[in-house]
This record gives sequence, C-alpha cells and structure tokens, in this order.
Amino acid sequence: MSSVYALLFILATLVLVLGLARKIVQYAKTPAPLKIPTTPAPVTRSGVVMRLFREVVLFESLFKSTKWTWIFSWMFHMGLFLVLARHVRYFIDPVWLPIELIQPFGKYAAFAMIAGLAGLLIRRIFVDRIRYISAPSDYLWLLLLIVIGMSGAMMTFVIHTDVVAVKQFFTGFWTFSGGDLPMDPILLVHLTLVAVLMLLLPFSKLLHIPGVFFSPTRNQVDNPREKRHLVEWARKLEDS
Amino acid sequence: MAGAEFKTPELSEFIEVPKLVEGTMEHITCFVAKPDHQEALGFPGEKVENWKEVAIDKMGDLLSRYRSFQVFMDACVKCGSCTDKCHYFLGTQDPKNMPVGRQDLLRKVYRRYFTFAGKYFPKLVGAEDLTEEIIDDWYSYFHQCSQCRRCSVFCPYGIDTAEISMAAREILDSIGVGQKYCNEIIGKVHKIGNNLGLPGPAIENTLEGLEEDVYDETEVAVKYPLDVKGADILLVTPSADFFAEPHVDGLIGYGKVFHEAGVSWTLSTTASEAGNFGMFIGSYENMRRVSLRIRQAALELGVKRIVFGECGHAWRIAYSFLNTLAGPFDFLDPDYPVPQHICEYTLNEIEKGTLELDKSENDEMSITFHDSCNVARASRMGDKPGGQFEIPRKVIKAVVNNYHDMEWDTIHERTYCCGGGGGILTDDLMEVRVKGAKPRMSAFKNVMEEKGVTHLAAICAICKSQFTKVFPYYGMDMFQIVSVHQLVSNAIVMNRKTPPEEAPGYGEDDDEE
Ligand code: HEM
Ligand code: SF4
Ligand code: SF4
Repeated sequence: MSSVYALLFILATLVLVLGLARKIVQYAKTPAPLKIPTTPAPVTRSGVVMRLFREVVLFESLFKSTKWTWIFSWMFHMGLFLVLARHVRYFIDPVWLPIELIQPFGKYAAFAMIAGLAGLLIRRIFVDRIRYISAPSDYLWLLLLIVIGMSGAMMTFVIHTDVVAVKQFFTGFWTFSGGDLPMDPILLVHLTLVAVLMLLLPFSKLLHIPGVFFSPTRNQVDNPREKRHLVEWARKLEDS
Repeated sequence: MAGAEFKTPELSEFIEVPKLVEGTMEHITCFVAKPDHQEALGFPGEKVENWKEVAIDKMGDLLSRYRSFQVFMDACVKCGSCTDKCHYFLGTQDPKNMPVGRQDLLRKVYRRYFTFAGKYFPKLVGAEDLTEEIIDDWYSYFHQCSQCRRCSVFCPYGIDTAEISMAAREILDSIGVGQKYCNEIIGKVHKIGNNLGLPGPAIENTLEGLEEDVYDETEVAVKYPLDVKGADILLVTPSADFFAEPHVDGLIGYGKVFHEAGVSWTLSTTASEAGNFGMFIGSYENMRRVSLRIRQAALELGVKRIVFGECGHAWRIAYSFLNTLAGPFDFLDPDYPVPQHICEYTLNEIEKGTLELDKSENDEMSITFHDSCNVARASRMGDKPGGQFEIPRKVIKAVVNNYHDMEWDTIHERTYCCGGGGGILTDDLMEVRVKGAKPRMSAFKNVMEEKGVTHLAAICAICKSQFTKVFPYYGMDMFQIVSVHQLVSNAIVMNRKTPPEEAPGYGEDDDEE
C-alpha cells in the first residue's frame, strides 16, 4: 500500500511541476503587443513589483471590491500559506528556523483556512450572482479543500497519526527507502485528496496562481510615451 | 433592436446592486456590417460557410498573439468580485452583462476546444460546443460592453473584459459578422480621413466660419489653421469638434489657448480625426493603419509637437499605443512628451501665467467633472500616476468658481461609463445606452440635488454625444453637458489684439458675395 502512495505522489509531483511549467512557459512566450496596465499604474519597474506584491499578499483589488469576499478569501489563503509552510517539516531534516517559528501559528491557521473556505462556499451558494457564474467544478474545489483542511486538522487536534513515520516516508520517498506509511484512514483520505489537488491544479482555474504574475493589466510599467514597446509579430508588420 | 420600446430606469439615491433577471437584453442586436464595409477592412463580406472552424482558428490565433487573452481565459476563479461593477449589469439586471458572465460566453468555448478539462469533462467545468446560438449571444452581448475597464480595476487578477470583447469582435469580424457602426466608420477614416466622412473643403469651410464667429464675439482674429506647413503644433482632434455642440465650443477654446500662448499650430486634413475605432473591434492592423495617418501628417507638415484634443478612447490610443503603432517619433521636439493632451498643454500655460482667466464668466454654471473611462483607467496625463484625474480638474478649477465632485466611488478609476463608449454610440443600441447610463445619471443627479451642480464637463467626444442624447431620457437638459475647453473658452481674456489687416475679411468688398 505504501508503494502505491509513493507512486501516486511521484506522479502527482511530476504532473504539478511539469504542468505548471508548461503553462508558465506558454504565458512567458505569448507576447503582449500593447501597453494595457489598468491605470493609475506604477511608472517604474520597482513600482510594479510593489503593485504585484500588494496583489499577491494583500489582495488589494479584491479589497477595493467586496469586503466579505476579501475577508474569507484572505483567511483561506493566508491560512493555507501558513499550513503549507508548516508542512515543510515533513520533507526536510533538519527543519529551518523560520519553519520552526511558525509551528504554533500554523497549527491554528487550519481553522482560519476552513472558516474562510466555508464562507466562500456559503457565498457561492446564496448570492445569486455568484451562483449564476458557478460550474460544478467551482463547488468541488471548495469542498475538496475543506475536506483536506478538516482531515488535516483532525490529525493535529483529535486523532493523532504517527508523524515520525509520515516524515520518514516522505523524506525517503524519492529512493523508495522511506519505510511504511501509517495506515490511518484519515491520513489516507488527506493524502489522496492532496494528490488529486496536485494532479488537477495545472488544468484548472487554480492557474490564477501563475496568472496573477503574468496579467498585463497588473505587471506592465506605465511608460508608453517614454519607451517604445514593440513585440516581434508587430515588428513584422513594419517590415512589410 | 432599433427603435424598440423600452423603459428608462428609475434613478435611486444609491447605486444598488439589482437582482438577476435572465435574458432582459437578449433581444438586443445591432445592424450587421454590409459586405463592402467588411471587405474594406480586410474581413469576409458575409458569414462564411465554415464559420465554426474559422472562429476556433481565430481564437487560437489570438490566444497565441495576446498574453492578456490567454491569461484572462485561464485565470478567472469565479470569485464574483466583478459581478456588480458593470454599468450595463446595474442598468439591465441581465447576468450576461456581468463582466464575468460576458467573459464566460467566450470562456466556455475556450475551455471546450483549448483545455484538457473542457475537452474531456465539459459539463464539470461549464464548457460548451460552439453553436449558432452562442455566436448570436456573442454578437449581442459583446456589443453591450463599452470596453470601459471598470471590471478590471476590481478583479484580483486584473482581468479586463474590454480585452475579451475586443477578441470576440475580432473573431466575429473574421467569420464575416461585423458591426455596421464601427466598420463603416473605420472605412471612412481609411478613405476620407475622419469618422464623419468630412472632406477637406468642408473642414476648411467650417474653420473659416469659426474664425468669423470668434472674431464677431471677441474682435480678435483667432486662427483655426488647416494644413499649415512648418507650424509648431499639430492638433489632432475628434471630428465631432468640427461642428456639433458642445464639441465645437471645445475646439474654439483650444484655438484661443494657442492664440494667447502665441504658438503656431495647425490641424490636418489627413489626420482630421483623433478617434480610432480600430481599437473597438480589436484589430491591431486597422488600428495601426488609422494611427499611421497621424505620423504621416506630422512628417508632411514638419511639426515639432503633437497635441490631442478632447477624446477619451483617442487619448488611450494616443498615450498608450501611438508610440507602438506609429513610432518612433524621434523627428519631433524631444523636450515634449509625444503626444500631449490638450489639458496638459493648457494647464502648463496656466501655470506659466500666459493666460489671463476670468472665472466669473462661468458663474451661471456649477460644474462637476466626468472622468471618461479610457482616460481614467487606460492612460495618464502628466508625469505622475493619477495625473489624468488632477490635470483636467486643475484646468476646470482655474476657469470656474463653482466646482463639486460626484461621490468618490463614481469618479477617478472607479468612474462609471457614460454608457456609449467602445463602439456602441449608435441609435440601434439606444436601449443599451440609456440603461447603461443609469449609474452615472444617479451620481450626477445626486450632486445636482445636494450641491446645486448644473453642468457636467467632459473631455471625450463620445461621452459628450452620449450625454446629449441620454440626458433627456432622465429628465435632464441636453445642454447640461459641456466641454472642458468650452469653460476655458468662456473664461479666457483675449489680450493679444488683432491688427486690422489680420481680421477675417479685411480688404474684401462688403458686397463681394
Ligand atoms: C500566488 C498565490 C495565490 C494568490 C495571489 C491567490 C489569490 C486568490 C484570489 C484573490 C482569489 C479570489 C477570491 C476568492 O474567491 O477566494 C482566489 C481564489 C481561489 N484560490 Fe487562490 N491564490 C493563490 C494561491 C492559491 C493556492 C495555492 C490555492 C490552492 C491550492 C488556491 C485556491 C483558490 C481557490 C480554490 C479559489 C476559489 C475560491 C472560491 O471558490 O471562491 N489559491 N485566489
Ligand atoms: S469593460 Fe466595462 S462595459 Fe465591459 S464588462 Fe467591464 S465594466 Fe462592463
Ligand atoms: S473578478 Fe476576475 S476572477 Fe473574479 S469572477 Fe470576475 S473576472 Fe473572474
């Protein structure tokens, strides 16, 4: 059974990494022929870095828009971020200091994450505008993440699993020398769903993760009068 | 449908988010371009036999040429943040007028043909085959988007429905289903030089008439020169400025400013249009062709600077795209940005102290300013972000005593569209225009009631035309819309007197005609 999981995670990791890399290469290679930053926009590169930082860390545009979605979304994402950071300790030894330091917060971040996700789900079901734009997959993503979060929190707070064994499994994972995964049902559900998430992410709306960095309305410098912007296919029109 | 009956929305004190009502605007369709309009722009004259393949191929082509389109198709998480931000949704309650609802009309086809999930699990992710009905929906709802970019301000990934409307319209053009309004106009620019199809002699006549009017009023011979070689400044302005109210009062104002500043300037017959509807249909090639006339005019006339008159989408193209489409402009004076906005020019003269202004001339009015979408969210003025909000307001405040802004969440980058931008300023879309104007009308009405504002000033030819038409639907007067340079024109004190021999008609026999 453990080797099935080992295979599953090797596959999931490959799909996630290669799938995301493929999309990132595609985005990077696709030209942006015109300057279209949503203005007012920064007039320098460093200004753009700050703008993206605010979008990624604070969800600035969402904050401008609707406070409820912002609160739920930010709770979910920051919770997820801390939880993920906490998970790093299952993969490395010795554990880095910053990861050590967030352990106590990371533990409770799971609740923020689940609460945020629940808020988003309720919103999706009850606000007529959001319900209208939702496909089945939009609900399923939220449910998937909720179940992942809840099964994880169960193991942290209620039915503990053998964390040392899990760590041995994942650190020895690439060499198949990791020993056995404990056969706890909650752990297996948790891991299976995480693998599903990794497998589907590059084919889904979770492409907002690379997307936010490549969005021309957010990542372009507002300097069209000072600097001529010309992409290759547009240059060809000039030659003909 | 042209001329169909509809009800003008009631204005409320707050701009409320309405309940969804599906299909309220499904019946909307605008006139389809005739074969010769289509062919003049390089599109098929009529709907092609194999429209389905052509449309999908075109979508693939655009995905590979526009990063915006590719990223925006993928990145939407259906968070709904944009759903209540579109004036057309607020005015019509139609969910396909919510920005993401509009995008999804295209996205569901993208997913079906270009993504793994949509190819194998279409139901799960809401992917759909391209059908005749979807094409009809595209034609209807992508002509109910004024490409105002308000949605992109509030989207966490900056997804800009304007980009998606442009792509959709380009796909429609490529299968031979173009919009008459835009495509006919672009043809006129290619052939005659401006959107209204005014030939050179007509412009010359108009300008002579203006010179006489201004002389009668001020006894100063302000020149409105056309095709003058060696002038310092080429002024490129929307052709509406040549005759319609209140546009022409703006043109009179530019002339007075140049006169008082003592610079030589000229208009051009080849570039007698600042507007460029190539953007509305998403066609880089047409937009470029229209832009190149300006370069050509600047070269032929040997000017040193280019200044743009009051026009919103024209300023977006001028500011953001002109250097790309028709640059480099290294033959112009490097001391000035290329191009400059007339408001930048006028404010600079005001700050230098060249102009004497008498604000009391505008005292019978109380003014508010409408930030035009393309200026507010797609361009800049001056050298700091947000200059596009400050500079026109500074110009206005220098020439009027009574000024009040509308509510903070309806101006600056949050401004509401006039309802007529992006290629829908046509009578066959009157219902869309009137309903889409609702949020702007509410905000204007509030500032009228609360602050006693009487007039709305704008720097966009489309906004001005739109307000002239829709004000009466909301019980307002069409003359409540004014040009910013009309206000300047009223206030400016003409100090550079005219020697008699320069007056229009000097030396001509009185009974000559
Ligand atoms: C660069 C990192 C990320 C940024 C900036 C980001 C940002 C956002 C924003 C602004 C939203 C919209 C608000 C909302 O509906 O929640 C959103 C939604 C979402 N994000 Fe992220 N996200 C990031 C990473 C992730 C990751 C790693 C995951 C999961 C593995 C994820 C899963 C989701 C999901 C499922 C939604 C949709 C929520 C809903 O259905 O309402 N995001 N993200
Ligand atoms: S660009 Fe403007 S008109 Fe178009 S969907 Fe967005 S908000 Fe609506
Ligand atoms: S705000 Fe952006 S991500 Fe959210 S639904 Fe609208 S387009 Fe999609």
